[in-house]
Amino acid sequence: MTSRASPDPDPEPAPEPDGPEPGDGGNPEDDLEELYENTPCGQLSSVPGGRIVKVNTTLLDWLGYRREELVGRRTFSQLLSVGGRIYYETHLAPLLRMQGRVGGIALEMKAADGSRLPVLVAASVREGSGGRPALVRTSVFEARDRRAYETELLRARQEADRERERVQQLATTLQRSLLPPALPDIPGTELAAHYHTASIDEVGGDFYDLFPVSGGRWGFFLGDVSGKGAAAASVTSLVRYSLRAASASDPDPVRVLANLNTVLEHENHGDDPRFCTVIHGLLTPGEHGCELTLAGGGHPPALLMRADGTAGYLHTPGGQLVGVLPDAHFAATTVRLAPGDTLLLYTDGLTEARAVHTDGRRREREGGRYGEEALLDFAAGLAPASAADAVTAVGALLEGLGEGVDDDTAVLALGVPVSRKAPETPGTPEAPDGPEPFRSP
Amino acid sequence: MDVRRKNNVTVTGREDGPVVMLAHGFGCDQNLWRLVAPALAEEFRVVLFDHVGSGRSDPSAWNEERYSSLEGYAQDVLDICRELGLRDVTFVGHSVSAMIGVLAVLREPERFAKLVLLTPSPSYIDEGGYRGGFSRADIEELLESLESNYLGWSAVMAPVIMGNPDRPELGEELTNSFCRTDPRMARVFARTTFLSDNREDLAGVTVPTLVVECAHDTLAPREVGSFVRDEIAGSTLVTLDAHGHCPQLSSPGPTAEAIASFARAR
Repeated sequence: MTSRASPDPDPEPAPEPDGPEPGDGGNPEDDLEELYENTPCGQLSSVPGGRIVKVNTTLLDWLGYRREELVGRRTFSQLLSVGGRIYYETHLAPLLRMQGRVGGIALEMKAADGSRLPVLVAASVREGSGGRPALVRTSVFEARDRRAYETELLRARQEADRERERVQQLATTLQRSLLPPALPDIPGTELAAHYHTASIDEVGGDFYDLFPVSGGRWGFFLGDVSGKGAAAASVTSLVRYSLRAASASDPDPVRVLANLNTVLEHENHGDDPRFCTVIHGLLTPGEHGCELTLAGGGHPPALLMRADGTAGYLHTPGGQLVGVLPDAHFAATTVRLAPGDTLLLYTDGLTEARAVHTDGRRREREGGRYGEEALLDFAAGLAPASAADAVTAVGALLEGLGEGVDDDTAVLALGVPVSRKAPETPGTPEAPDGPEPFRSP
Repeated sequence: MDVRRKNNVTVTGREDGPVVMLAHGFGCDQNLWRLVAPALAEEFRVVLFDHVGSGRSDPSAWNEERYSSLEGYAQDVLDICRELGLRDVTFVGHSVSAMIGVLAVLREPERFAKLVLLTPSPSYIDEGGYRGGFSRADIEELLESLESNYLGWSAVMAPVIMGNPDRPELGEELTNSFCRTDPRMARVFARTTFLSDNREDLAGVTVPTLVVECAHDTLAPREVGSFVRDEIAGSTLVTLDAHGHCPQLSSPGPTAEAIASFARAR
């Protein structure tokens, strides 16, 4: 036991300089003092200004200080590493003042020889008259092993964070490889697309593309492969190349889909069958607009927004899911886009998004989903809209639905711009303000 | 976004009183003013808020880029002023918020009547003849310190603490529940706080300014207070006989009095 070096303003039980040895049945006062001095944690008392007024033997031994070097001379925060001191001043001291106690604070103390002692600290305030803090009592627990373990945990978490970033990077790269880097320029037609990623950790199965085929025409598609992740991505890749390859030899949408159906159906022999929904189309540029032929395979209907401000779904009746049945049926429909008309293709990430009314009620009618009806209302409110405006509006809609969008969503819009020189007047020759438009074959 | 919710703005005090806006520094939230605000409320309209990333601010409003610079926080101060239609504001910035106030005043001087810089430091890092009190290595050590203390922070608790502004009791039940911050946001704020250098900005301050320092501040050496006073033309320096970096907690009476008498003077 160490004798006390200086008078003590801390009104703790008074020490007996040469008390009896522990366990010899001495009086309880002595035992308490012995306990204070040699208890297996450091004890320290300080006045609110910070000055240390009492410290126990355990802490002195840990830090290698003599009592008289600390009591009345140093503050607790001066015994901390610089980082610890800032933490103490910005976090611990305010907390202590507001709550009266803090616990489980990790700090590093500086020993007399300059070495560091990782500790866990708990402290409480003893109030004096008028509720003002009179004394701060601090208990210090040695935490060398625990800190080493925590450092390992921290490192493991940082490693995990880095891995996750890599996975996200990989998913993003893979996703990008499944979409065209940019849409081509088709004179007399305006194109816009948007891909909404629901999860940055996983590749979605949505896809779209638009590309030239024979006779000055263009093939395009938008669809959704079942499932997510790498397996779905590999099927998406297969679907995309099959559609493009089939279009190269015969761009007729029904035959392109039949071809894809055969390819997928042949693939589906394992225990992880994949299928997809898709709309495939053929765009034929004309004098004052273009003609679109669409074939659908189990996909939500395209939305047509007319120059006159009306909107409606463009159904492709009877189109079956692609890749399930050996002889699936697909049907085509043809539509003409005049200046001011825009066709919007989308995947069901949009219509299946969990949605709430503006007043906070869930949408009951569509099973809590955004739904095709709401989308039609949205399109009617939007029409007439250019392709770019339509895609921007749908992008904002998806943003607004926030976390309700739990699946990826692809959007592709094809529109015929209103001629600037002769706006909305059917039959007026189109102003040649761009490159020579493609002619209908 | 709703600025009141974003910054957890609270307004107390005399409705027709002159506006005093209290801005907390790094490490805590508007709770830091709890001993000073009631005294000011008798005379002033007191506006309190949490910086985004602190206290009960809206965590979804946080983004690393914006809040990696004090300009981002200063813009929030101006947004709050605009949203609440505040004019002739006496802005009181503690610690890093002192510099946030300086930046806000530089951008829209017409909005502010006065500036109170409470234990300010335009730069915490020693450089050449300037003594900020710390080296770069010290600050790295602080960041480690933060890191080890946030092991106790769990992602499960985060929404409980930050996402239930309407059910504050959820947060109160936790130990050390004040001043809990998402570690990622705290790290960015720590870096921004301790690595920013705003010494050059001081000279541009044109509104009447009061500098309040603590005689025994453990984070800012005494010469920093005089440095700030010398750089801002016409400013006055008051030294409180207080310990630590938070005089609004260690000496709330004198701190409130210093703010009030300066804010009330014509």
